Amino acid sequence: MIEKSAHEMAAALQAGEITSVELVTAHLNQIERVDKEVHAFLYVDKEGALSQAADIDKRRSQGAKLGPLAGVPLALKDVMVQKGIPTTCGSKMLEGWRPPYDSTVVRKLKENDVVILGKTNMDEFAMGSSTENSAYGPTHNPWDLTRIPGGSGGGSSASLAAFEAPLAIGTDTGGSIRQPAAVTGTVGVKPTYGGVSRYGLIAFSSSLDQAGPCARTVLDAAYLHEAIGGYDPMDSTSINAPIPAVVAAAKNADVKGLKIGVIKELQGDGYQPGVLKRFNESLEILASLGAEIVEVSCKHFDYALAAYYLIAPSECSSNLARFDAMRYGIRTGEGSAEDVMKATREIGFGREVKRRIILGTYALSSGYYDAYYGSAQKVRTLISRDFAGAFEKADVLVSPTAPTTAFKIGEKANDPIAMYLNDIATIPTNLAGICGISVPSGLADEDNLPAGFQIMAPAMKDDRLYNVGSALEAALLSRWGKPILANAPLLGAR
Amino acid sequence: MALDKVTFMSNISRDDVANLAKLARIEMSDQELDHLSQELSVILDAVARVQEVAGEDVPPTSHPLPLNNVFRNDEVRPSLTASEALSGAPAQEGNRFKVPQILGEE
Repeated sequence: MIEKSAHEMAAALQAGEITSVELVTAHLNQIERVDKEVHAFLYVDKEGALSQAADIDKRRSQGAKLGPLAGVPLALKDVMVQKGIPTTCGSKMLEGWRPPYDSTVVRKLKENDVVILGKTNMDEFAMGSSTENSAYGPTHNPWDLTRIPGGSGGGSSASLAAFEAPLAIGTDTGGSIRQPAAVTGTVGVKPTYGGVSRYGLIAFSSSLDQAGPCARTVLDAAYLHEAIGGYDPMDSTSINAPIPAVVAAAKNADVKGLKIGVIKELQGDGYQPGVLKRFNESLEILASLGAEIVEVSCKHFDYALAAYYLIAPSECSSNLARFDAMRYGIRTGEGSAEDVMKATREIGFGREVKRRIILGTYALSSGYYDAYYGSAQKVRTLISRDFAGAFEKADVLVSPTAPTTAFKIGEKANDPIAMYLNDIATIPTNLAGICGISVPSGLADEDNLPAGFQIMAPAMKDDRLYNVGSALEAALLSRWGKPILANAPLLGAR
Repeated sequence: MALDKVTFMSNISRDDVANLAKLARIEMSDQELDHLSQELSVILDAVARVQEVAGEDVPPTSHPLPLNNVFRNDEVRPSLTASEALSGAPAQEGNRFKVPQILGEE
């Protein structure tokens, strides 16, 4: 049962073929079997998950009307606060902290009777592309345990690929949902900025952060998107409009006559040949399904990475000022408040977090502000204009999600710039606040590891991602004869 | 892409980093300061190219949504109790956060 999709599990629950307690137990057993090797979870809430499942089973047996994902388990990225459950954000700074409230995403999951299994590993404060920056040790890619599962949401993507959970929550500031999905052969969606509430999402870069669904199929991601999305007065940047009809789009996929724009700047040098080969194959499939393929140019995308690595550190240097050892989190040191702050932040933050705080402090300091942060904001305008021009020529835009397949743990740990290049194709979407999805495009010939196909759509046109993603997924499934994850090594006795 | 095309030369000294660390309230060892000043110079060289296209005529974007002030009604709503708000405090006293001395002697 654990290899089924979330909507198949939901159907089995509705048909009375299995109870939620049984389904949750099967996943807890899989976590028990494989997570020593994978390390996707930082905390497993066995008791809470089983009691939530028992309550759902009870209400179902009494004939209560339940949501489409009721009783299905989910893994929650540790950046999202959940009342009473240890929440660390991958940092020593928050070790032992139990939040006094639920994030809006958690509240909605509970209202939809989605069972929360536990908290997943991540790069500290969501800063990274490999989950190696977690203060609690790296997560291992289920396809090859010596490789990274992507980041920052590597725990969420690995939990899906290891069949520890059929659904997961991620957050995407520069690609932290999509790149992990690409390198683990799973599906990840960054919704339109403002489409899912940020209330209770521990802030990294507030103008870029966006929570979204992770799953093994496009339709599962759509169900989860509808469960967590929508307007929230608790988030002043939440968009007050209905959630795009993503489930309907995933179910009725049809790309006939759709214009698909290939972004010239997001391929070529730096992209692994096997990744490009699978990308071009997917394009041919979409063309054979009746889509029209056009080439578009977004000439300022060459500057996106540089702009991102000024804007995100600038915002993080401000956001992370809240970790001051005064109101929550760890405290160490003697003397004045300032001495205690400095000592606490020295031991509480890891290398990458310190690097970004210092970089952001520099970019925002007087004398450098215009040259760095100010210029980066202008590039952001140019990127948005590039997107607007491209969307005049195409309904959706596409690229490989990440330039390479999963690399080895430790390979790029001492080269920040090489690490940052992982996000080259995902960052423009965040800068413009539009939406994007990564769906598996197959295995690269060189290393037999998964590659991702990225689809981008204008703000609040998230349904287009699911339409194209679902069409591609179905065509690839019929070509392969089995889901991509059937090629992954068998972990545990599943 | 093309992070190799950079023509700027940034030079962040160890003292610069020490000052930034002070502003950011992070204690740093000499070794950390040395390491970070080298790394920051490399990163700044790579990101400084944003200036190439940031013309006078381009307006800045600080946020993807065209938001102005977002107001809510000024009314009492349910919120955390004092004990809930204090539940994660490193130290507390008499229903308040207990913090080290903030103002100096001078």
